[in-house]
Amino acid sequence: MLTPFQAFVTIALVTVGTMLTRFLPFLLFPDAKKAPSVVRYLGSVLPCAVMGMLVVYCLKGVSLTQAPYGLPELLALACVAGLHLWRRNTLLSIGVGTIFYMVLVQFVF
Amino acid sequence: MNQPATEPCQQQPAPAGDRLHLREMRAAFPHTIPVLTGFLFLGLAFGILMNSKGYGALWAVGMSLFTFAGSMQYVAVNLLTAAFNPLYAFLLTLMVNARHLFYGVSMLEPFQGLGKKKCYLIFALCDETFSILCSAKPPQGLDRGWFMIWVALLDHCYWVLGTALGSLAGALITFDTTGIDFVMTALFVVIFLNQWREQKNHLPAVVGVGASLICLVLFGPDNFLLPAMAAMAVVLCFARKNIEGRDAAC
Repeated sequence: MLTPFQAFVTIALVTVGTMLTRFLPFLLFPDAKKAPSVVRYLGSVLPCAVMGMLVVYCLKGVSLTQAPYGLPELLALACVAGLHLWRRNTLLSIGVGTIFYMVLVQFVF
Repeated sequence: MNQPATEPCQQQPAPAGDRLHLREMRAAFPHTIPVLTGFLFLGLAFGILMNSKGYGALWAVGMSLFTFAGSMQYVAVNLLTAAFNPLYAFLLTLMVNARHLFYGVSMLEPFQGLGKKKCYLIFALCDETFSILCSAKPPQGLDRGWFMIWVALLDHCYWVLGTALGSLAGALITFDTTGIDFVMTALFVVIFLNQWREQKNHLPAVVGVGASLICLVLFGPDNFLLPAMAAMAVVLCFARKNIEGRDAAC
């Protein structure tokens, strides 16, 4: 168990580290229009790439070699994507997909 | 691309008495509903976890208020229960949160010219807020800066509220919430699909998923993020001529 002071220092450093990663691009390029063209180019294409990365990041703990072999995640992803391509209703896709996943992991697998 | 909503001629003055810009809040709220669900329960779980390690409401809520970094806060619980190692805590944070650098680079232009609002928007730029800001556009006539502030502030409130509930009243939650964190995965999937439909060139999205999957297999779940980011940046830079020639802005 850390002393309160050590815990405070740890949390403060986690906070400073987090803020550094959030503020650094804005400190390096205070004026977006004057940023190097490669940075502005990355700024325009990264949102799409990063969203794919976040989906993978959320699923990183899923094991394909151990039961249930990622099946709940696969089925729930198919449910979210299928529903979204069909109805294009964000809240419906997310809500039904999440409840479906909860049912799968709590009662089925 | 949508019409830029910053054109002064498109903005109507806010009605008198709307100093809190509640019209922007009403427009922002529906976009944050998935995050409301996710953050309340993930915040709750964080509060309960902190409590179980001997850190009460003041610690947990303070951290959610000032650090506001979901997955890193869970990692920090481990730091708080291990031997004191400040340098490791700092470096681990930089590694886990390096993905924020990409959010910042993406938001350089959208946050341009927002004055003081910009500081809070950068401070509160977590995964979920970034995803919503990437895809949601305020309706015509509303102030873009305030719309973004409300998305960020609402998300921040949900997280703090969930943490407070968890550390103060976590024992009262009796129903099984296993699997509710999938709401975040579903949010990212839906935004990914929306972006896919809007963009002409799918290469950035394919590179994002592909580089992440390959690096996940090569480096394992705990170490794949940094190599994936590096690979993504390199591949996207090499593909620049191809992408820019076909107008891929997303």
